[in-house]
Amino acid sequence: MIEVREVTKRFGTKTAVEDLSFTVEPGKVTGFLGPNGAGKSTTMRIILGLDRPQSGSATINGMPYSDLRDPLRTVGALLEAKSTHTGRSARNHLLFLAQTQGLPASRVGEMLELVGLAEVAGKRAGGFSLGMSQRLGIAAALLGDPQVLLLDEPVNGLDPEGVLWIRNLMKHLAGQGRTILVSSHLMNEMAVTADHLIVIGKGRLIADSSTADVIERGTEKSVRVLTPDADKLTELITSDGGKIASAGPAPAADSDGAQLLTVTGMKARRIGELAASSSVVLYELTPQLASLEEAFMELTSGSLEFSVHREGPVHGSGPLLAQKEAAN
Amino acid sequence: MTTATPATDATPLRVVRARASVSRFAGLARAEWTKIRSVRSTVWTLLLFVVITVGLTALLTTLVVHSPNDPRAAERDARILADPVGFILGAGIGLGQLTICVLGVLLITTEYSTGVIRASLLAVPKRLPMLMAKLTVFAGLMLVLAAIVSFGSFFVGSVLLHSMTAVSLSDHNVTRAVIGAGLYLTVLGVFSLAIGLLIRHTAGGIATVIGVVLVLPILTSLLPGRWGAHIDAYLPEQAGSKIFGDRPEAAQLLSAWEGFGVFCLWTLVLLVLGAWLLQRRDA
Repeated sequence: MIEVREVTKRFGTKTAVEDLSFTVEPGKVTGFLGPNGAGKSTTMRIILGLDRPQSGSATINGMPYSDLRDPLRTVGALLEAKSTHTGRSARNHLLFLAQTQGLPASRVGEMLELVGLAEVAGKRAGGFSLGMSQRLGIAAALLGDPQVLLLDEPVNGLDPEGVLWIRNLMKHLAGQGRTILVSSHLMNEMAVTADHLIVIGKGRLIADSSTADVIERGTEKSVRVLTPDADKLTELITSDGGKIASAGPAPAADSDGAQLLTVTGMKARRIGELAASSSVVLYELTPQLASLEEAFMELTSGSLEFSVHREGPVHGSGPLLAQKEAAN
Repeated sequence: MTTATPATDATPLRVVRARASVSRFAGLARAEWTKIRSVRSTVWTLLLFVVITVGLTALLTTLVVHSPNDPRAAERDARILADPVGFILGAGIGLGQLTICVLGVLLITTEYSTGVIRASLLAVPKRLPMLMAKLTVFAGLMLVLAAIVSFGSFFVGSVLLHSMTAVSLSDHNVTRAVIGAGLYLTVLGVFSLAIGLLIRHTAGGIATVIGVVLVLPILTSLLPGRWGAHIDAYLPEQAGSKIFGDRPEAAQLLSAWEGFGVFCLWTLVLLVLGAWLLQRRDA
């Protein structure tokens, strides 16, 4: 179990993490989600005792990391930044780590086998591809058979095969009752991997609940309505508590005076009932489900480190979002 | 190369969990030894140290013995005859010591530049035991190598210089000088490591050590008056190197062992400062 309590970390005048508290439970994969620069890596480094917070505390199984004896036997970590000497072989990298923990040298071979690096064990780590480096990092993290794992952006730069491998590995390890905290800035990746999500933005906690809940909460659903009797329907909806997020002429193909409304705060079913009760004709009534990415953007909007000016209402067409949509 | 099904549960650890602190430190020391021997640059630098120091001793003593007799040479020969062991040891160490300066700095700064420091500190979050293990292993290694180099240089040099003057270990202060040269080189390695620990960047660290060892003495030897002489004498390299050879032009303010003590004190102060910062700074 990992517990972070009211942690604040400043670098000079810049606040990286502010009054952050959360708990990571064993037996499941907990996703640590936030845009770049949200403070994910800093938080992980604080948990691991590499950075010292100005206030607050982080503990692993009730103890600060620095009080753990042979910490690699309790906690395994994969940090985003590389931590291998380019001139040292994969085997020697793992060997010196094993020696610090009093682990048998045979453990090194087992780990190299596990991550599929046995054949290149004697090669300089500097010549490794990104995927191989990540595998070496995973091997180092698993070296001490730890109960707690912290993985900072483990799938960054990996090919689909590697992504799948890490995803399965994490689920497998969580299934053994281990505590797993994995950070990412990719919502979609987390949605398929994590059971629980901790979302932060600008160093503050935004959400801490099950993955399904976060998506549900972030997905501010809207309903697309096409009607020739927009004025009357608008009145019906607003008097019943709904909101018209936008209104405008329908796309050319369906035009004959029809209007396109985007309704929020009301389910499609209720809009249909209202329209029927007053005999308003509807050409179209479509619930708009926000994508996971949009849910994430929604949650973290205003907390982006390099803030992107977003125009329009709920799911506006800010440049970042537009790019994402184009990419999908 | 993909392992389709992770098989961690097939490899549970069957190791005793509790360890005595003695064996823990031994483990840390073994880890530091692995770090040193598994990187080519450290191995090459150590080899270079041996080759350059002994090689230069041989080269310079040969040149002196076979140089033609001119008035300038006579003056130089007089100085050599006044302190033959100092000349022999100084000949190779003068340049050879730079490899030790570089190595001492590299040992810690490459951990920072490559990011290994994060792995090291995750393994030893108390940090100080890691530094102690590193120092122990490096100082031990240096002690052995520096003794080899020091005695090797002396024997090579004394044999080559034989036609000019006879020096033997039984002569006054010769044993002290030869052993002292080994000690000086060992402490110099630790001194450089301490500077690397403070500066954390390879280029900056090496520049600082070389500046202190090579450049500062030249500048301070130009300082006038009593104060200048004191500053000059108490500089780390000036004080430390007294143990194996006198610079006749320098003021005799410290004895050989006093000078070495001053050098050790410099090193200790820098180490304590470096250790304190290691504990405090974010890695």
